[in-house]
Amino acid sequence: MINFFKRKKHPKFWKDYIEKVESSKNYNNYEAIRFVALDTETTGFDYDKDRILCIGAIALKNNKIQVNDSFEVYVKQTTFNKETIKIHGIRKNGTEVKVSEEEALIQFLEYLDDAIIVAHHTKFDITMINQALKRLKIGPLQSKLLDTNYIHKKIAPENRFKKLFSLDELCNLYNITMHDRHTASGDALLTAILFLKLTAKFKKNNILNLTELIRTNYYLS
Amino acid sequence: MFTLVPLSMKNTIAERIFDFLKDFPPFNILEKDQLFEIASNIKVTYLEKNNFIFKQEAQPHNCFYVVKDGAIGLYRTMGEDQILVDICDEGDLFGLRPIIQNDHYLMSAKANEESIIYAIPVEILQEIIKTNTKAHKYLIASFSSNIKTPYAVTSNSNLFANVDSLEKTNTFSEVQTAKFSKNPITCVPSATIKEAANIMSSNRVGSILIVEDKKPIGIITDKDLRLKIATGLFSIEEKVGTIMSFPVITFPAKITIAEAQIAMIKYKITHLCITKDGTPDSELIGILSEHDIVVLHGNNPSVLIKELKRAKNVASLKYIREKTSALLNSYIEQNIPISFISKIISEITDAITIKAIELSLDEMEIQPPVKFGWLALGSQGRKEQLLITDQDNALVFEDVFNEDYHKTKDYFLKLSKKITDKLHTVGFEYCPSKMMASNPKWCLSLSEWKSQFKNWITKPSEKSIMMCTIFFDYNLVYGDSNLVRKMSKSIFKSIKSYEIFLNFLGKNALVNPPPLGFFRQFLVESDGAHKDQFDLKSRAFMPLIDAARLLILSHNVKNKNNTIERFEKLAKLEPQNKDLYFSCIDAFKILLRYRTEQGIKHNDSGRFIELNNLNKSEKLKLKGCFKPIKDIQELLNIRYNLAQMM
Repeated sequence: MINFFKRKKHPKFWKDYIEKVESSKNYNNYEAIRFVALDTETTGFDYDKDRILCIGAIALKNNKIQVNDSFEVYVKQTTFNKETIKIHGIRKNGTEVKVSEEEALIQFLEYLDDAIIVAHHTKFDITMINQALKRLKIGPLQSKLLDTNYIHKKIAPENRFKKLFSLDELCNLYNITMHDRHTASGDALLTAILFLKLTAKFKKNNILNLTELIRTNYYLS
Repeated sequence: MFTLVPLSMKNTIAERIFDFLKDFPPFNILEKDQLFEIASNIKVTYLEKNNFIFKQEAQPHNCFYVVKDGAIGLYRTMGEDQILVDICDEGDLFGLRPIIQNDHYLMSAKANEESIIYAIPVEILQEIIKTNTKAHKYLIASFSSNIKTPYAVTSNSNLFANVDSLEKTNTFSEVQTAKFSKNPITCVPSATIKEAANIMSSNRVGSILIVEDKKPIGIITDKDLRLKIATGLFSIEEKVGTIMSFPVITFPAKITIAEAQIAMIKYKITHLCITKDGTPDSELIGILSEHDIVVLHGNNPSVLIKELKRAKNVASLKYIREKTSALLNSYIEQNIPISFISKIISEITDAITIKAIELSLDEMEIQPPVKFGWLALGSQGRKEQLLITDQDNALVFEDVFNEDYHKTKDYFLKLSKKITDKLHTVGFEYCPSKMMASNPKWCLSLSEWKSQFKNWITKPSEKSIMMCTIFFDYNLVYGDSNLVRKMSKSIFKSIKSYEIFLNFLGKNALVNPPPLGFFRQFLVESDGAHKDQFDLKSRAFMPLIDAARLLILSHNVKNKNNTIERFEKLAKLEPQNKDLYFSCIDAFKILLRYRTEQGIKHNDSGRFIELNNLNKSEKLKLKGCFKPIKDIQELLNIRYNLAQMM
């Protein structure tokens, strides 16, 4: 009864998303799995006060980055933090087409589908998205999560005690040409390329399947 | 799925890929929206080193590939061997031909280093090809060049077709057909000089052709009347035959302006006869005068030659040399065929040298004691010198009695010193290794030269072979041609008596291996003063020059010094290798133009080029040139059995 009541309260887009994740049959076949590399740009680093400015994402399937399956959304701001413009270049009244936070999330969840999320320092991006979902009285995200930082730590035993590698550090380490840093889409693409390189190396010592990959997430909660 | 999203939605990633592709052919000739369509549908793949994208004989994928980062090697399996056919790096496209031609892959593609490649679905391209004919042409051309390898089954198309389609089509005046005067003024041989002069006056022309059976047999110009009649040498009642110049130089009607200019400079004449089939034995149809060309073409090399003839001092030589550089500049800009440019510039350089010699002779207290010849060596000897470079020259003088030797040699050393100093003032730097006639080692009598060459030929060492490569390409600029003929004859005799010399020369020609694929390898291999630069001279020019010299010597052909002319001659002598020799000519022309452009741009010899500064079409051009180098070296290797000597 309570269950039924709860379900009733949730909007359709959220129920659709949950349904897709729960019923997906793709997770056992690595080649069929859709990964979505994503990055968010935010007004700051405070989970409570700061807001998402932009979500950029790009899908991967069978070790190929699918440029025609990418996503980019800019969020209208009600509060505004001057400090972060310097980093992201997204102004309160920029030229990009902006939508409300709710609309951005609806679009994003529809795009996300049953995909596995790949990000760099995933916890930050996911928490920001979950905070936004919470404001709509839904969430948190049910998608499976991967973090390029931890996949790297798993395959690179050196610097074992260094907990965090920045995206810049890993791009240098894996010889990835960087341009376009600090736009959500640009970082999402770098993360996707990094993910391709990491999984190629991961495959050498480990079986490349989702379970093994997700095991790298020992710090991610 | 994206119905909610406005069409103007930002797609940063596709824009980024668009920005990358737009610099590379054929993407640079696509419409903006066509390219954006491609960029939005690309799949990005990562390959670890030694991973295959596709293998030879496999069925084609439904996409073709562009290298984003890294290097992809294209390999052809021949029996046991994997032969590297090409290396694709940033911006190179591969794997398209089999899709369009509905054929299996002819080569395997393997990552030579870790690489990121873009896969482009072929349907999008097929749509674009339908509407964009330029792109279509480019792609067709690039297939034919991709399979133009010694291993290709069919290869009748032009190796450089893709380069041509990239270059702007340019109509330049030098290859325009020259407009000659039809209905030239003529008279018969039995006419008197007075009659001829009357015909000229009434028609207000400066020249008259003497014609027999409609064929031109001679010409009289205003100059002849001035020099031979007005001076009283001949009577006006004599027949025209006594003062006419003959034979006349004839050309067919399709003569180009550049050809006409060169002929006039070469024969030191001002009028050319145009006949039906271009020979003196056919009907006269017109006359082309220098005036016709000057009218058509204001800035004219023969004007420079005339200024040179009037030059009284070194300062005016220097001035003319500077004007020549400007002329070279504008020729290159106008995309005039490089073989025309090099002929004209060489003629001017020779004329400057001759003037420097004449001025020096005037300064000497006495006339030369014996006959002598001034030889241009190296690139000037081959008439391939476009940019101003070091001077390489030598002097040969007639044999004298022992007691006169020192006196004679001193005279010519003194003369040579004056000449080389003048050339230096004009702008031809002294040769750093002192290969100049002012060096006692290279100012020798005929018999000394003969024994010097014999010594180099019969005792081949690394040094003597190097000397041969420099001194074999000599060209008489001034003086007695008999001396040079005797010298050449003696050289060929020495080679004949010691044929293994050619094998040594062959070994030397292979010192610099084909630079195929250097765009990646070179950067990691080399360091030192010219790190990240490519030595165009030793890696691209010398292999072709050395090969042409060796092959032409082996055929016993004298008086062919120019590399292009040597290959042309070889194509006639060995019709079975015609295609290879023609591709060497093409490569040499492209390289010569390229080096000249680089030299003009950087105000240096153009020898070293910055690889990072090359754009895609320049890289394509250079790469196209390396295939013939590789092929000609293989030919030498087999012909002279060089593998055993290495």
